[in-house]
Amino acid sequence: MADVANIPDEAEVRARWGAFAWTEENEREAKEVLARYPKGREQSGSIPLLDLAQRQVGAETQTQGWLPVPVIEYVARYINTPYMRVYEVATFYTMFNLAPVGRYHVQVCGTTPCMLRGSDDVFAACRNKGLIKGKTTPDGLFTLTEVECMGNCASAPMVQINDDNFEDLDYDRTTAILEALERGETPKPGTQEPGRHTVEPMGGPTSLTAMVSENHDYRGEWGRPAQETAA
Amino acid sequence: MSLLDKDRIFTNLYGYQSWRVDAAMQRGDWDNTKALLDLGQDRIIDVIKASGLRGRGGAGFPTGTKWSFMPKEPKPDRPNFLVINADESEPGSCKDREIIRHDPHKLIEGALVAGFAMRARAAYIYIRGEYIREAETLFAAVAEAYDRGLIGKNACGSGYDFDVFVHRGAGAYICGEETAMLESLEGKKGQPRLKPPFPAGAGLYGCPTTVNNVESIAVAPTILRRGAEWFSSFGAENNKGTKLFQISGHVNTPCVVEEAMSIPFRELIEKHCGGIRGGWDNLLAVIPGGSSVPLVPAAQIMDCPMDFDGLKGVGSGLGTAAVIVMDKSTDVVRAISRISYFYKHESCGQCTPCREGTGWMWRVMERLRTGDADIGEIDMLQQVTKQVEGHSICALGDAAAWPIQGLIRHFRPELERRIKERGGDLSPMQEAAE
Repeated sequence: MADVANIPDEAEVRARWGAFAWTEENEREAKEVLARYPKGREQSGSIPLLDLAQRQVGAETQTQGWLPVPVIEYVARYINTPYMRVYEVATFYTMFNLAPVGRYHVQVCGTTPCMLRGSDDVFAACRNKGLIKGKTTPDGLFTLTEVECMGNCASAPMVQINDDNFEDLDYDRTTAILEALERGETPKPGTQEPGRHTVEPMGGPTSLTAMVSENHDYRGEWGRPAQETAA
Repeated sequence: MSLLDKDRIFTNLYGYQSWRVDAAMQRGDWDNTKALLDLGQDRIIDVIKASGLRGRGGAGFPTGTKWSFMPKEPKPDRPNFLVINADESEPGSCKDREIIRHDPHKLIEGALVAGFAMRARAAYIYIRGEYIREAETLFAAVAEAYDRGLIGKNACGSGYDFDVFVHRGAGAYICGEETAMLESLEGKKGQPRLKPPFPAGAGLYGCPTTVNNVESIAVAPTILRRGAEWFSSFGAENNKGTKLFQISGHVNTPCVVEEAMSIPFRELIEKHCGGIRGGWDNLLAVIPGGSSVPLVPAAQIMDCPMDFDGLKGVGSGLGTAAVIVMDKSTDVVRAISRISYFYKHESCGQCTPCREGTGWMWRVMERLRTGDADIGEIDMLQQVTKQVEGHSICALGDAAAWPIQGLIRHFRPELERRIKERGGDLSPMQEAAE
């Protein structure tokens, strides 16, 4: 499903990643992952462990990470599953990068709800900062990908950059975020609309207003004690 | 009458307050959950049945009935499982995300209650991979619940052992289909399974499994606390309860909001979304239930009740109640074509009609967008959607076909106009000699 990637030369990749192994911390994390599944069902860990491996590659290369073949082989051995069963998982799911990406993976949602709210402007802002779809900028800072619906439709348009979502974007806000990242800053994730908290209507919530200022308990207003009782 | 705040289930929907267990308890979650479990399995299922709750993931199957399909006496080597579908990827849907990041304890408590009712040993919550921060919150909330003894061994002091595990996906819309989700949980490509056997007979790891949407599970404890009558006092007959609506697109203030089922479209938009951008005369069409359902033109939707049956009556569906609003500035052909691209991108490639059909339909839609087509191709496209619909293992083929059928049904003159303006063929395309 992933768009065709420029998979790097195999000999080079093997030389660089052939000795891949979990760091101490990730070894602990990997064991924790496998503990979630019944004994003999270690294959269930393929997706979380590929994600963990991609993050480790990312940490080692100062990027968002990708999955070199020797790393996929390592994960397959770790869960005692044929390599091909894990490789096909890596190619099936879009979040696994089969080729190196930049430090920031800029994933702009282009599906209809975002499109209606102006994702074209978000793409234009990326283009004018030199980002090209499917490519990494020459300085290795940004990789731009168009992704499908990210589930932020009530605060569209949006972009996911590495682990954070930036919502309620327009041309200028997108440019500001990319420039902040260039300067090495950490822009505030979430909605970029001034005064908006999350997905309440802009201008303030039309329901549950008591919750804004205090952790309101509505049970006192329920009226009769209606709890179902054993018949 | 409109829904009052005291009757809203997801009180921390907007995340103004903390999601942590102490704050959630203060709002009423985990309040004597043991008493809910003491009702017994059959009574819980009866209450959920009586409440009229229908599945919130799109299909609208009665939730209590679904739970009752599970074996009453699971064998030790084949335990029952509950799988909670948090793979929210339908374009327009963004409700489960708010539940997970702002009210995760409602979901975890619901998992215990529902899991207990269907005699499950454990629940797996399958959350889509792109919800990275949301998954972090969910992992932390589950850990809190274990620390407090709310789940795990002797959950809530009830004597029942119940585990909750979180499993992250990695970016595949198709994993929202229940059998694809089970494949993915087993660590494979998310390709749907043939049914039968249904998951209630042989699901996760070959064991009896029920797959439920996040919202269906998260509302269960409140229904048990307040009674089936309370829940069924909202909405029209057969469409009971409250529902999270997600309104996106060309309204003045897009939002997620909990409202009573069957609220008329106009009231929903006026009350929470500040009206249509440019006024009601500027409304073109609405996709009322996420990208999979056909669009409805303005005149038909305005006073339509937003529920399963009301929207079925205008040739569409409630789906996940993801309302995508389009005003008259919209290039409606492009909007639907983009949805076609989505399905082409997300087809798992297992069944030929879907794998080949979604790409074919998208390419024709792109030509119709610019008018680079013959008039006869509109009918051909309609025929091809009928060839894809109903001819694949899962419903993705149907979901790819319906938006296009809706477009042709309601906007055929627009398609023809584009072709004519570009100077395309005015006569129907020649059929091959018979």
